[in-house]
Amino acid sequence: MSAPASEPTPDWEPPSTPGWVAPHVAAEFPGLGISWIEVDGRPGRSPEPVDRRLREASDRFYGAHAIHMRERPIPWAYRVFFRQIGLDPDRTRTPVEQLALDRLQDGGFKTRGLPADALTIATIETGIALRAFDADRLEGPLCIRDSAPGESLDGRPGELSRGTLLIADERAPAGLLFGATGKARTVGRDTRRVAVAAIVVDGVPQIAVDEALWMVSATLQAA
Amino acid sequence: MPDLLDREARTPLRLGGDERLARAELRRQIGRLEAQLASLFADGFRRVEIDAGVAAVAGEPRALDLGDLEAIRDSLADRIAEARVRLVERSALEVRNRDLLEQMLAAPHEHKWLRISRADIGEPGCGHWHSRALLGPIGMLMGWWRVKVSSGCPLAGRLAAVEQRQAQD
Repeated sequence: MSAPASEPTPDWEPPSTPGWVAPHVAAEFPGLGISWIEVDGRPGRSPEPVDRRLREASDRFYGAHAIHMRERPIPWAYRVFFRQIGLDPDRTRTPVEQLALDRLQDGGFKTRGLPADALTIATIETGIALRAFDADRLEGPLCIRDSAPGESLDGRPGELSRGTLLIADERAPAGLLFGATGKARTVGRDTRRVAVAAIVVDGVPQIAVDEALWMVSATLQAA
Repeated sequence: MPDLLDREARTPLRLGGDERLARAELRRQIGRLEAQLASLFADGFRRVEIDAGVAAVAGEPRALDLGDLEAIRDSLADRIAEARVRLVERSALEVRNRDLLEQMLAAPHEHKWLRISRADIGEPGCGHWHSRALLGPIGMLMGWWRVKVSSGCPLAGRLAAVEQRQAQD
């Protein structure tokens, strides 16, 4: 009997690639890392199995979960990291807390199409911060580094202030470490391959990162 | 020696060594304080509002210097202290309300029209205890007082029916 379309193939492992972290950034933030995968996937409406998973996730998620979320190890690790890089996690929410807040405000995890829904499912289930980029527009491997003088982010006016932490490819910044994505690398209508990056911080186990990337990949491949 | 007495002459501080260890220690402290604040925040859920916000020191993510990390550490410590005070005050109030509830249950006529909710005594749910006169004005004249216990939160089915009726109207 074949597995339903929504179910990931159990014996398949995505080849995730660990990214490079600038040595002086890594020295400041031990445990900071980035892993990514590339998956075939076109943006579009989510199929029914993905919609159903979102609904099921909504039914399992209540206000008390959102309140106690910050006590759980992985969401806590991201909150701490946000504090350490100067962000207030109660204003600039960590990805999983933003989803939790949206769930409470909207009454459910709303579908936003693929690949966003795949990232939502994986983030809810694992707590891992995930980002999606247009893989065909990236040049070389992804890395985490700080901005160089005069650098800017596509689609944002002005230069980045020096020392801003970024996700970048070999050529230019792809997005802020937590925040905006460069316009040129955003997943758009003409995207054919998606690069999904997991941002790892100190205290986040690698197995959760692998699980998150596997879930995104399986969801996109099954769609 | 004269330059020591001259307050205008400033000698720059010479900071020796690597500050990285100090920053790492501050980051560790921030992590520990964040865990404590999260725990207090959860304890205060539905009981008292806990302000866990610490103003961002940067608009965009960056490696902070020693001063910024210290400011965040100190702000978190302040938030924790405030949260503990508020929780202690709230707990004391809940204890007083529980005592009052016991007195009301023992002698409803001495606590006329008093209403104590489950939230007032730190219990979850929507129920409440209300000291009311039996049979309305007759009970008031006769001094027949009793404590009525509410049935709790409205059922989802009833709310759905109200929404349905409103939609029909």
